[in-house]
Amino acid sequence: MFAADFEYRKAGSIAEAVQLLSDNPGAKILAGGHSLIPLMRFRLARPEVVIDIGGIANMKGISVSGDTINIGALTTHAEIASSADVQRANGLLAEAAGGIGDPAVRNRGTIGGNLAHADPASDWATVLTALGATVSAQGPAGSRTIAVADLIEDAFATVLGENELITTVSVPALAANQRAEYAKMAHPASFYAVVGGAVVVTMDGDRCTAASVAVGGLTPRPVKAPAVEQALSGTTLTMDSIADATARLGDDLSAAGVDIIGDVFASADFRSNIAPVEVKHALLHAIGLAHH
Amino acid sequence: MPNKVPITVAVNGRSHSAEVEPRTLLVHFLRETLNLTGTKIGCDTSQCGACVVKMNGVTVKSCTAFAVQADGAEVTTIEGLADGGNLTAVQEAFWNNHGLQCGYCTAGMIMTVTEIIERNPNPSAEEVRAGLEGNMCRCTGYNNIVRAALAAAAAGQGG
Repeated sequence: MFAADFEYRKAGSIAEAVQLLSDNPGAKILAGGHSLIPLMRFRLARPEVVIDIGGIANMKGISVSGDTINIGALTTHAEIASSADVQRANGLLAEAAGGIGDPAVRNRGTIGGNLAHADPASDWATVLTALGATVSAQGPAGSRTIAVADLIEDAFATVLGENELITTVSVPALAANQRAEYAKMAHPASFYAVVGGAVVVTMDGDRCTAASVAVGGLTPRPVKAPAVEQALSGTTLTMDSIADATARLGDDLSAAGVDIIGDVFASADFRSNIAPVEVKHALLHAIGLAHH
Repeated sequence: MPNKVPITVAVNGRSHSAEVEPRTLLVHFLRETLNLTGTKIGCDTSQCGACVVKMNGVTVKSCTAFAVQADGAEVTTIEGLADGGNLTAVQEAFWNNHGLQCGYCTAGMIMTVTEIIERNPNPSAEEVRAGLEGNMCRCTGYNNIVRAALAAAAAGQGG
């Protein structure tokens, strides 16, 4: 399968990439290509101009500064999974990165490209929403910070302007009393998340003092679950209290006003029923009542 | 005239310069421009692993990279592993353990197993299977491939 013909432009810097985007309306950014190339080959995308940012060195790499992990948008899933700094500062990031696709896909796919593509099945979107991560987006007017929770508007649609690109993803490190986990039901062939649930709980002994919960895969964009979070906060976490809290996920999905995705593999009904199970698994892992 | 872009790619230690259409995939460049047909095209959607090659030291699915993205890169294909008639430990192990039947997935399997052992010289069978997540074989049932990978690791060298 061949993509439609396109003009190839290589950007040497972030500023040049922004300029090329401004000069070529409708152009697409090419990073690792693991979202864009399949779309182009199926002719679901037919950009006239493709801007390759793969060679921009200062968009790659990981640095930890204080309580924040800064990840260049071009950093691959494999680099994040194997980073000792990431493993130390936020184990969930490394674990989620290592669960995306397969080894060769992780060697090429990038965190920025994954978020900009905004696939409803993105593990990153769900995990980073729960973790309260932000992205820096560079446009002609400068850089702005967008919470990942606000970045994705709908399936394959973000709030990024036509001439903006994600340059950095910033993720809070986990505190010593915080536990974070992600559980997903993956499609057995593509490994895409059919349903994914990500949780961050702040603990005081056995008691949860604050919780952040997000689900994805079953919704066009990741959805936060305030009713579940509220039910967890101030509660001693047990099998029963976790089951009670996750039973409220249906309320959160209704309140979010999103369609539940259904397809030949998993109907909307099935996904709605699996979602609280995945959140429950993530919570049980987080407090050590279940193991991978 | 379609638009073309000049690229230079070091493949199996030899530099190749060519003009390619931007939409040319790396796998097509390897197979059709350089006649390196050991790398196969299977699913065409980055799931099966028949097209796995190494680019700049890591495995990639060459059906999911444009040839222009390999400009300036070092690529190793299955043809670049053996030193003349001397097979690598992984290749020997696939032969000795009958780690193939039809052979279509073999080039990708060997490239991936080589990387698994480079990253982890003593993998368990479970780790080998996890590492082969992105490589499909429809003949062997994988057992002999896993045996081959473990034998290659036991032989003490990945490459």
